[in-house]
Amino acid sequence: MRTPPTASRLDLSRSDRADLLAEARRLLPSPLRRHLLGSSLSLGGLAMLTGCSLSGGASAETLLRAVSRLNDDAQAWLFDPSRLAPVYREADVARPFPYNAYYGVEQIRRVDDRNWRLELGGLIAHKASWTLAGLAALPQDEQITRHICVEGWSAIGRWGGVRFSDFLKRVGADLGARYVGFRCFDDYYTSIDMATALHPQTLLALSFDGQPLPAEFGHPVKLRMPTKLGYKNPKYLAEIFVSNVYPGGYWEDQGYNWFGGS
Amino acid sequence: MNITVQFHPIWLRINHWLNAVAFLVLMSSGWRIYDASPFLGFRIPSSLTLGGWLGGALLWHFAAMWLLAANGLAYLLSGIVSGRLRQRLLPIGVTALLSDLRAALSGQLAHERLDHYNQVQRLAYLAVILDLLVLVLSGLVLWKSVQFPLLRTLLGGYEQARRIHFLAMAGGGLFLLLHLLMTALHPRTLLAMLRGH
Repeated sequence: MRTPPTASRLDLSRSDRADLLAEARRLLPSPLRRHLLGSSLSLGGLAMLTGCSLSGGASAETLLRAVSRLNDDAQAWLFDPSRLAPVYREADVARPFPYNAYYGVEQIRRVDDRNWRLELGGLIAHKASWTLAGLAALPQDEQITRHICVEGWSAIGRWGGVRFSDFLKRVGADLGARYVGFRCFDDYYTSIDMATALHPQTLLALSFDGQPLPAEFGHPVKLRMPTKLGYKNPKYLAEIFVSNVYPGGYWEDQGYNWFGGS
Repeated sequence: MNITVQFHPIWLRINHWLNAVAFLVLMSSGWRIYDASPFLGFRIPSSLTLGGWLGGALLWHFAAMWLLAANGLAYLLSGIVSGRLRQRLLPIGVTALLSDLRAALSGQLAHERLDHYNQVQRLAYLAVILDLLVLVLSGLVLWKSVQFPLLRTLLGGYEQARRIHFLAMAGGGLFLLLHLLMTALHPRTLLAMLRGH
């Protein structure tokens, strides 16, 4: 009797698996997809679809996320509150500066400056909301620094605005709290450690390259920190809150490191 | 009487295999990170990469970096304190190296003693130690460029450090290929790295 064509059957099943996988990628909502595919596929993969080592993948992910928490602590320990990120000349500014978000340019949200308010919440004494004009009336600072993206690329930009430490003191924020959280009107959210919030180069940015902050870079107000990676710098700010409860973040909840220092 | 001579002490074998695991994890997850912004103009096929997506690759990369660094530190310290690094890898002489290199390329270089490295081996092992050192240092600049100002300046800035990190990875990868080739030609060395003799 002829032996069955083992090799070709294997090939077929391999391509079937690839198809199944592509299907799974399309069907799963993105956070779940990343959670599942983040580690199980990585181990060379498709283990998930063989049905036997999903728990193996899940425990690898648990371990990796635990190490990521330790990396938060390591970065907090390394972070020097008075060490400044390098500053550059105006000629070094990247023009055009790259756009990056979790959605494409066509989905950029726009607000009417007259209706926009910055809300304050949590451990803050004076919770009155701020208008753009109110923020613009505060003493302004400027920096030309390198923006480093988690993807690896970097670009030098020029941001102007209010020193965040000045702002936090002015509104009576509890500076001993652990976290400052940000809610954005493009549904993005993130949070940072208080030490970085008080860093002298952490800026409530109202302008980019001498112009009011353009829509693609977070109009009307974003938080700019040259000591953290791009995804930690929230654009389109809607609310700032101070808290001792870990607020997480859009990318952080999916597996990006929370501290995200650069 | 049957005395087994241990060419590689147990701590060294553990160092070797932990290093192999750490390097493979770092290289394959690093390829996925590179693909997020492929500044050299080519992509690495994602089937060769680890992590599934950028966030997964970063989790692997920033976990395995501790293994590579701690294991590498233990290797260097124990190698220096025990005198083994000096005994095995030094001296290297230009004349002897050239003669061994000629012999190696013509297939005439003998490997009869596992406890004695020829000049080509010494150069390769020293080079890969230096290469891993460059990988770790350039990696530190990429990981926390603001917090290591001296290192950042020495490596020519963040963007330059990206290129150095990639080149050092390629150097390590090249070593790995040669290393695997030589092990295939001399399987006894693999056995020695597993059981010590």
